[in-house]
Amino acid sequence: MLRVDDLHVYYGGIHALKGIHLEVNEGRIVTLIGANGAGKTTAIRAIVGLLKLNAGSIVFRGSNITDLPTHQIIRQGIAVSPEGRHVFQNLSVFENLELGAYNLRTAEFQEQLEWVFSLFPRLQERRVQVAGTLSGGEQQMLAFGRALMSRPKLVLLDEPSLGLAPLVVQEVFRAIEEVNRQGATILLIEQNAMAALTIAHYGYVLETGKVVLEGPGAKLLKDEQVRKAYLGE
Amino acid sequence: MTNTIFLQQLVNGVSVGSLYALVAIGYTMVYGILRLINFAHGDLLMVAAYAAIFGMGIFSNSWIAFPLAIIITGCIGILLDRTAYKPLRNAPRISLLISAIGASFLLENLFLVIFGGVPKPFPRPDFFASVIDIGALRIPVLTIYAPIITILLFLGLLYIVYRTKAGKAMRAASRDFETTRLMGINLDRIIALTFLLGSCLAAAGGIMWAMKYPQVNPFMGIFPGIKAFVAAVLGGIGNITGALVGGFLLGLGEIMIVALMPELAQYRDALAFVILILVLLFRPRGIMGETIVE
Ligand SMILES: Nc1ncnc2c1ncn2[C@@H]1O[C@H](COP(=O)(O)OP(=O)(O)OP(=O)(O)O)[C@@H](O)[C@H]1O
Ligand SMILES: [Mg+2]
Repeated sequence: MLRVDDLHVYYGGIHALKGIHLEVNEGRIVTLIGANGAGKTTAIRAIVGLLKLNAGSIVFRGSNITDLPTHQIIRQGIAVSPEGRHVFQNLSVFENLELGAYNLRTAEFQEQLEWVFSLFPRLQERRVQVAGTLSGGEQQMLAFGRALMSRPKLVLLDEPSLGLAPLVVQEVFRAIEEVNRQGATILLIEQNAMAALTIAHYGYVLETGKVVLEGPGAKLLKDEQVRKAYLGE
Repeated sequence: MTNTIFLQQLVNGVSVGSLYALVAIGYTMVYGILRLINFAHGDLLMVAAYAAIFGMGIFSNSWIAFPLAIIITGCIGILLDRTAYKPLRNAPRISLLISAIGASFLLENLFLVIFGGVPKPFPRPDFFASVIDIGALRIPVLTIYAPIITILLFLGLLYIVYRTKAGKAMRAASRDFETTRLMGINLDRIIALTFLLGSCLAAAGGIMWAMKYPQVNPFMGIFPGIKAFVAAVLGGIGNITGALVGGFLLGLGEIMIVALMPELAQYRDALAFVILILVLLFRPRGIMGETIVE
C-alpha cells in the first residue's frame, strides 16, 4: 500500500534520513521504533510532503506521490495524527472533527462522526468544548479521532501515547487495533516499543537516520538487540 | 456648540468610523493568517474607486458598476497575494513587509501612470445623494447607509468565518499552517479567500469613501488606509470584531476632538497616530486582541 525507497532528508547540513526504506502492506499495523532523534517524525513529515526530499521515492497504492503538495497526498487517503497532537486550540472539538473531514460529503461526515464518537465517547461528551481546554489525553483522542474523520486508508500515528496515563494508553492502543480491524492500515511511531511491537504485524527499527533492523513484531520483541536498546533489559 | 451640531457630528463620526472599520477588517484578517501588515491594503480603496468610475462609464448603472468594482478589487487582492506574498511564504517576515511596501508604491504609481494625477470626480448615484431632515438635523443618506452597510457586511463575514467549512479552515490556518495542510486543505486557497474577503470589504469602504469625498486620485487610499490600520491595532490586530469596534471608536474619537475641542480641529488627523502610540505603549494587544499572538 505504501512503499518508501531510499529516502534522504537534510536539515541544512544535518543528514537526518540516510536512505530509509519502508513497506506498509494493506490491512497491517506497522511500527517504526527508535530512540529520540532517530528520524521517525522526519520520516512521517517527508511522506506527507511537509518536508522536501533530497532523494527517494514514495508510492501510495500504486501511484507516485513523491513530490505532490500535502493536501493532495492527504486526499488520496492518508491521515496523520501528528507528534504533539496539534489540535486546533481555538476551535471546538466538533469543529476540529469537521476539519478532519474537510473533503467528505455531509452524509459521509455524519457516518464517520458516529464511528469516531463510538471509539472515543469522551469526545462526544465534549463536542462543544474549545479544544485548547481539553486535557492532554482528551487532546490526543481528538487528534486521533480527527485523523479518522477523513475515512483514511492509511493512518500515520506519531507517538499517540506520549504523556498519557497508563489507562489512557491502553484505551488508545485498543482504538488503534479496532481501527485496524475495521480495515484501515496503520503506521505507528512509538517510544513505547513494547506496546507497539505487541500489536504490530511488522516493525522497523530506526537509528540515526537508518533502518538497522526489521521483522515481524513478535520476532523483534524477542530480538536481543531490541530488548537491550528499547525494552530496557 | 449646540446640540444639533453635536448630534450632526456624532452621526458623522459613526459614519466615518464605519468606513475605517470596513478597511480595518481586511488588515486584521491578513495579519491573522500571515502575520503581515499588508501595506498595500489601503490602496485597494483607490483601486475600487477607479474601478467604480470605470464601470459607471460603461454601464451608467451603479447597481452593476459597484458590485463589479468590488469583485474586481477582490481579484486584485488575490493577485497581490499571488505575486507579492506567495513567493515569500517561507522567507523572513521582514522580506514580506518590504514586499508589501513595494506593492503599495507599485499600485499607486501604476494608477498614476494610467489615470494621471488629476483628481477625477466620482459619479454619486442619486440613491446615495439625497439628504434627509430630522428636526433641525440635515443628514446625507450616505451617512446613514454607511454604518448599516458595514454592519450587514460584517454579519455576512462572521457567518462565513464561523459557520462555513472554509471559514473554519481560515481560523485553523491562523494558528497552524502545517496541521491545516494535514487536513487535506489547500492552504493557498484559504489564504486567497482571506485576501478576497478583506479586499472586497475594503472595496465597499473605498466606494463609499469616494462618494463621501468625491475626489479620486491615485494616493487617496493612503490616509484612510493608515487610519484603518490604527483602528485594527486599537481593536486588537487579528481580531475581526476588534477591527469593527476599533474603526467605530476611531471615527467617533476624531469627531469628538473636533466637537469638544474646536481649537484642536486641525489636528484631527494626528489623533490616529497619538492613539497608535498610546496603544502600542500601554496595551499592544488592543481592546479585544488575545494575550499571545505568537
Ligand atoms: N527543523 C529541524 N531543523 C534541524 N534539525 C532538525 C529539525 N527537525 C528535526 N531535526 C533533527 O533531525 C533528527 C531527527 O529528528 P526527528 O524529530 O525525526 O526524531 P524522532 O525520531 O521523531 O525523535 P523523537 O522520538 O524525539 O520524536 C534529530 O537529530 C533532530 O534534531
Ligand atoms: Mg518524533
